[in-house]
Amino acid sequence: MSLNHLDLKKIGVRGINEKLHSLAANTNKKHWIVINPMGQHSIAVGLAGALQIDIKGHVGFYCGGMNKEAEITIEGHAGVGTAENMMSGVVWVKGNTSESAGATGNGGLLVVEGDASSRCGISMKGIDIVVGGSVGHMSAFMAQRGNLVVCGNAGEALGDSIYEASLYVKGKVENLGADCIEKEMRVEHLEDLAKLLERAKRKEKPSQFRRYGSARKLYTFNVDHADLY
Amino acid sequence: MCGIVGLYLKNLKLKPKLGQMFKPMIIEMTNRGPDSAGVAIYRNPVKKNETKFSLAHDDEKYDWKKLNAGLKKALKAKGTIQKIGNHCLLITTTKEATAIPWLKQNHPKVRVVGSGHSIEIFKETGLPANVYDKFNLDAAQGTHIIGHTRMATESAVTTAGSHPFATGADLCLVHNGSLSNHNRLREYLKKEGIEFQTQNDTEVAAAYMTHKLRCGVSLKQALTDSVTDLDGFFTFLVGTEDGFAVVRDPIACKHAVIAETDDWVAMATEYRAIAHLPGADKAKIWEPAPSVVYSWGGEGKKKAA
Repeated sequence: MSLNHLDLKKIGVRGINEKLHSLAANTNKKHWIVINPMGQHSIAVGLAGALQIDIKGHVGFYCGGMNKEAEITIEGHAGVGTAENMMSGVVWVKGNTSESAGATGNGGLLVVEGDASSRCGISMKGIDIVVGGSVGHMSAFMAQRGNLVVCGNAGEALGDSIYEASLYVKGKVENLGADCIEKEMRVEHLEDLAKLLERAKRKEKPSQFRRYGSARKLYTFNVDHADLY
Repeated sequence: MCGIVGLYLKNLKLKPKLGQMFKPMIIEMTNRGPDSAGVAIYRNPVKKNETKFSLAHDDEKYDWKKLNAGLKKALKAKGTIQKIGNHCLLITTTKEATAIPWLKQNHPKVRVVGSGHSIEIFKETGLPANVYDKFNLDAAQGTHIIGHTRMATESAVTTAGSHPFATGADLCLVHNGSLSNHNRLREYLKKEGIEFQTQNDTEVAAAYMTHKLRCGVSLKQALTDSVTDLDGFFTFLVGTEDGFAVVRDPIACKHAVIAETDDWVAMATEYRAIAHLPGADKAKIWEPAPSVVYSWGGEGKKKAA
């Protein structure tokens, strides 16, 4: 596998994305290094091939958004909406992320080694997110499908208005949002969690976590609860 | 939109480079706020018995010498002036409480944009790069600087509506967001004796801080109280005599990021503004949590006490 360098200072964000989008599906130039990202937005978005992208530094908003199949590593901090609406593949952040990491993600794996700030996994639709540190308030808001694993603590209103999705938190949960409850950790959940932790190269043990999910009282209309709506 | 940026030097050897380091930071925020720009820089502190006023007038050729001569004669005060663009730095032995009413009476079109011992505020409509050049900030030395690029939403594009807004001696405020209860709060503060120059929402936030501090509340407490008393979206950056402070509303949807190295602390709406600083690649970077007051440099204790 050959290494190819892309310098954002020289070719800009569009130059980088155009180059990565123009590669044929069967290209053997699969491994790309992006240097000088300078906190710019929308780096390596909308990739649809099994590329490996290493970004050497901090990025701005939406990095790896809409990703399909590519494995993107960010060696630094990532801004708002990292890997938003990801379909598949992997986005791996070595540092912290700003708010809304993994927002609306449909699939794939997002790993944040540091903290992930507020609204992590907002409206997630099947993505798996593993956060090594803590998440901020309103994380997994209106989550529909997928898994959110938090090795640190979770901020206020975790899982508010959640539909489906499994939330695993090792540390303290500030409080749970509407219709989000703690649930029993059964064998199948411990197995799922073990796989997620392994994929994210985490050392934590599944038995250290607690599981949270939907009470299913908010999203299916129930006439007996009409007063609560 | 709007962009806010702040740079506080921990390594004082960098003081001569402050203006130069800050320039790419504020220019990077141009597309978040192309309507006007402003900075508050802390440098060249005056003597204990002196006050430094940042004054502005729409007329670039305004006769500041005449103003200074009049002030000397009327208030029996010593004073020097330095014209910078359509702004003027007036250093005088007169205190704020005497000088400001005198200026208002005798030079009603002169705006007092800031006052204190080391603060200097410059703000003007136009692109950040032009504003920066106009006030020769590239060569500026100092310990810390905060800036704002404005995309006007709540009030007109005018110099008076540009940020930073002064909130007391050596204190100022820049704001990213919009407040929804500013009209009612303005009426309340007017009754408390605070005067307003614009219909701008941030001016109300600044006046709120001024009022709190006058009531004897500490700066940290004033910022903490602002989280409950101000309704709307905001990230505030407050410049103090010896540093700066950051606070965000409880929902925290107006972006903010902080980066810190051994040499400096920087705050910006987006990290790309900070990316230009030397050592940014190795900085510790995080998003400030909602309703938490972050401060560097002792939060202006002397002034806020």
